[in-house]
Amino acid sequence: MKKHLLLFVVLSLILVTVLPLSGCGSGVTINVFNWAEYIDESLIDEFEKQTGIKVNYKTYATNEELLAKMEAGGSSYDVVFPSDYAVSEMIKKGMLLELDFNNIPNYKYIDEKLKNTGYDPENKYSIPYFWGTIGILYNTDMVDDPIDSWDILWNPKYKGQILMKKDVRDSLGVALKKLGYSMNSTNDDELEEAKALLLEQKPLVNGYYGDEIRDLIANGDAAMGLTYSGDAMELYWDDFENVSFAIPKEGTNIWYDCMVIPASSKYKKEAEMFINFMLDPDISYRNSEAIGYPSPNTESLHRLQEKYPEVFELPAFWPDDEILKLSEVYVDLGEYKVKYNEILTQVLVD
Amino acid sequence: MQQRGRGRIAYPYIIWMAIFIVVPLILILFYSFTEGDIHNLKDLKFSVSSYKKVLEPIYLKVIGNSFVLAGISTLICLIIGYPVAMIIANTDVKHRNLLLMLFLVPIWMNFLLRTYAWMSLLSPNGLINRLLLWLGLPKIEIMPGKTAVLLGMVYNFLPFMVLPIYTVLSKIDKHVIEAANDLGGNSVITFIRVILPLSVPGIVSGITMVFLPAVSTFVISGLLGGGKTPLIGDLIEQQFLSSRDWHFGSSLSIILMIMILISMAVMSRIDKSPPEEERRKI
Repeated sequence: MKKHLLLFVVLSLILVTVLPLSGCGSGVTINVFNWAEYIDESLIDEFEKQTGIKVNYKTYATNEELLAKMEAGGSSYDVVFPSDYAVSEMIKKGMLLELDFNNIPNYKYIDEKLKNTGYDPENKYSIPYFWGTIGILYNTDMVDDPIDSWDILWNPKYKGQILMKKDVRDSLGVALKKLGYSMNSTNDDELEEAKALLLEQKPLVNGYYGDEIRDLIANGDAAMGLTYSGDAMELYWDDFENVSFAIPKEGTNIWYDCMVIPASSKYKKEAEMFINFMLDPDISYRNSEAIGYPSPNTESLHRLQEKYPEVFELPAFWPDDEILKLSEVYVDLGEYKVKYNEILTQVLVD
Repeated sequence: MQQRGRGRIAYPYIIWMAIFIVVPLILILFYSFTEGDIHNLKDLKFSVSSYKKVLEPIYLKVIGNSFVLAGISTLICLIIGYPVAMIIANTDVKHRNLLLMLFLVPIWMNFLLRTYAWMSLLSPNGLINRLLLWLGLPKIEIMPGKTAVLLGMVYNFLPFMVLPIYTVLSKIDKHVIEAANDLGGNSVITFIRVILPLSVPGIVSGITMVFLPAVSTFVISGLLGGGKTPLIGDLIEQQFLSSRDWHFGSSLSIILMIMILISMAVMSRIDKSPPEEERRKI
């Protein structure tokens, strides 16, 4: 009996001393907060198995929601996925930690073209996760005009068939772009003109939606609408034959969704391990394949190109340099956020 | 002694109320009367500017729209709900529970899910329109629009009208109705002079339970209305999530609360007066 007791004590002592040491980060749980439907969830299990780090995975719908939740405090996130302008606002407000690139060796695979961007000029805080554009998704059964300009969204022929985004930046941005102004305009006269243009468009608009636009158009409920390139790509990968996607010649918004570590993170090293894991060529390839967005990882992009050459021939997903030159990345509007929101409210309510 | 014991039972609720109701209310009130960076307490100054903003015509219009739509949907719920409650109350106990179940089952499903379901039913190329097309009938084009929003509200909130009315109706003493019949009242007169006045408390709580969520709803108008008829709930959501103007969002919430309080006060007056009048008549 005594022997058993001794054995028990020794065993528990061993357990107590060894467990915390076994495997780096075992017992740690990191909070990952991402856009909805924006990761191949099987990769999370694989990361957990590989590293012993648990992942608490939650999702949000807009950059504004992410910012609001981070600012409200109360929850500590370790990896979040803001877009360009949200990254720059977070940097400005000191909400992010500088990344230690020694812990993220896979950074070397990131396309050089996607580095040194306006929102994180020194590449200190963010690593691109996916990138894309905004364009017009349309139902080819319902549209017979060529779609190559934002003007089509103001064409009375498609009255009641046009969907716009409820997103403040996207709908206002398109109106500004159509007028030839910057999508980041903080000029009151230009914004007034954009508002007038949106009001003029309103009778033609069927509705202002979020992610629902993709399904409404695929279902033939509306003829055309603003959509993110990746959402459109998903339809393409799912073999929807009656939809097509176009990027207008006036240029559009190019967006980068990034991986960053919030200042409130308690497990920076583990968060960096997660980021590094996501940048692994094989993992990144599988993630791209599942989500439908092009990978910022040159290695996995190359493999995607080999397997799906037909996708990479679609000009809409690979805008030519001419259009890219005219396109813009959103920048943080600062105080003008309120003004943009007021304009959208005025358009919607009127 | 017993009194004191009962008081103690309420402590958990009082603590709960203090933490989750009183403190947040004070915070909302505080933010509504200040301006400046919300994360920097020293930077906040007293101001009524966000209340002034509420008074701008565009926002008054949103508030007006919300109250009109909520009012109409409450009325429709009452018109549909009262007969339903009566039918349920008058069926025998065996079938009554089944009827009630049928009415309650939809509430068990997620509210958002039900609204999305209505979207795929009502959309221009949705199930209903495909059926109509197949039958050779003209299409209905109500989504997105106010009609679809109303439909969504009525569908979602109808059970909250039926249940309280049903509860009151099923408790009415059958002898009272028999007495009314014996005294020569036909069914219409019995209903108007006896059943209706006795069911007023149910009607009042039904109206309150439908009107309150209807006036502050924000998902239905976005999905079924195509965002074209923003309601005050949408506006508040926008202030906190999109423009992150907590001051304006807070003052909108306070205004909404005050208006709801006023309508509740009016309702409770109605609740008290008719039975007294009836008693005097008798």
